Amino acid sequence: MSYAKKILAIVWKDVVAELRTKEMFSAMFVFAVLVIVIFNFAFDLRVSGERVRQVAPGALWVAFAFAGILGLNRAFVMEREGGCLEGLLLAPVDHTAIYFGKMFSTVLFMLVVEAITLPIFTAFFGVNLFDLRLALIVLMGTVGFAAVGALLSAMTAQTRAREVLLPILLLPVATPVLIAAVKATAGILDGQSMAELARWFQLLLAYDLIFPAVAFMTFDFVVKE
Amino acid sequence: MNGRNDKILIALTALSAVLMMAALYLALMGAPSANLQSETGRYAQRIIYFHISTAWVGFLAFFMTFVGGVGYLRSQARRWDILALSSAEIGTVFMLGVLVSGSIWAKPAWGVWWIWDERLTISLIQFLVYVGYLMLRSAVEDPTRRARFAAVYGVVAFISVPINFIAIRLWRTQHPLMFGTEGGGLGPNMMFAFFFCLATFTVWYVTLMGHRIRLEQLRDQAEAIKQTFMD
Repeated sequence: MSYAKKILAIVWKDVVAELRTKEMFSAMFVFAVLVIVIFNFAFDLRVSGERVRQVAPGALWVAFAFAGILGLNRAFVMEREGGCLEGLLLAPVDHTAIYFGKMFSTVLFMLVVEAITLPIFTAFFGVNLFDLRLALIVLMGTVGFAAVGALLSAMTAQTRAREVLLPILLLPVATPVLIAAVKATAGILDGQSMAELARWFQLLLAYDLIFPAVAFMTFDFVVKE
Repeated sequence: MNGRNDKILIALTALSAVLMMAALYLALMGAPSANLQSETGRYAQRIIYFHISTAWVGFLAFFMTFVGGVGYLRSQARRWDILALSSAEIGTVFMLGVLVSGSIWAKPAWGVWWIWDERLTISLIQFLVYVGYLMLRSAVEDPTRRARFAAVYGVVAFISVPINFIAIRLWRTQHPLMFGTEGGGLGPNMMFAFFFCLATFTVWYVTLMGHRIRLEQLRDQAEAIKQTFMD
């Protein structure tokens, strides 16, 4: 089996497990919607009409990030609870293939959740978010978030604190993704040109390249016994 | 623990104390007042000698945590982990010092306790990363696993710092400059006080590291002695 096929096999395993249980997806999706609803109440006191546009990108990405954390937490805790992590590690694959498999399955789950959340968000906040460039931002932001998230989740799943620790470790490291994604989303809402948005795309691209590389080099230390 | 190292540490501690006295004098009285309108502003400006030195140590400590992490991942030697741990603990305290002294200065200078200025923001995120690092350590019981996880997080977090800085800088440049660089430039006499404080804090950092590393080594020894009695 080639390296890519091994990664695909792990992604496929996660997808099949998820299709049978649907526990991760439903939790992520409901949580994302809840975050949007809560934000609506939180902003409703002060923000109305045109000003919703100004807070919408932030609310959207907080919803994505929180839902992502929920999914990332499950990604490795699930394996540990079932005693499957040992099985995965015993499989004749490079450990980094497990990392990339987990990362891609997380990206996939997050993208599905985001694809369903976006229309709901559009309806609730009354801003038009249907834009191809936005789809690209969502993809790049999600990849960056999942790249660091999968590495840290593999760590926190093996600690005493488990779910509690992941957001604490992940959010400070993932701030560049959130800043770039929120600013780029806001730029699209404000009708900025591609040239004005370029730097945020560059930042996201840099992040999407650097952190998988870092994880590639360090993942072995996270899973070895 | 050998006697020579202890003597060096005592000497360093004494040196830190003497330097700190001199630094305090220079920062509070020795350095000329800044060319500022208000009296409060002139007094407040003097905090920068310690503020910037504290920030320098905070980031230096974080760099040492990164070095310790890389060293540990390469060699699996306990001494690298001790270096990383000691540096992270000291760095956390200094980073908190940066945030507090920065806020104290911001109030008279900008009229607010906090603004989302790029340096303030990066310091805050840096502090939160440190807190996460220490929380991660306390959540893992097995010492070698703890060291490995901490090393990996130390590396990831360190690499995120420049990217974070770029992101925050890009983010801020979209706003107009809210304040000038009034009083930002330092005259020649101020420069001396400034670099003296920087050197003092660096010596102080080395001293604290010496103490913290010694403490951790003693702890390991105590643990080893306990083990021999248990067996």
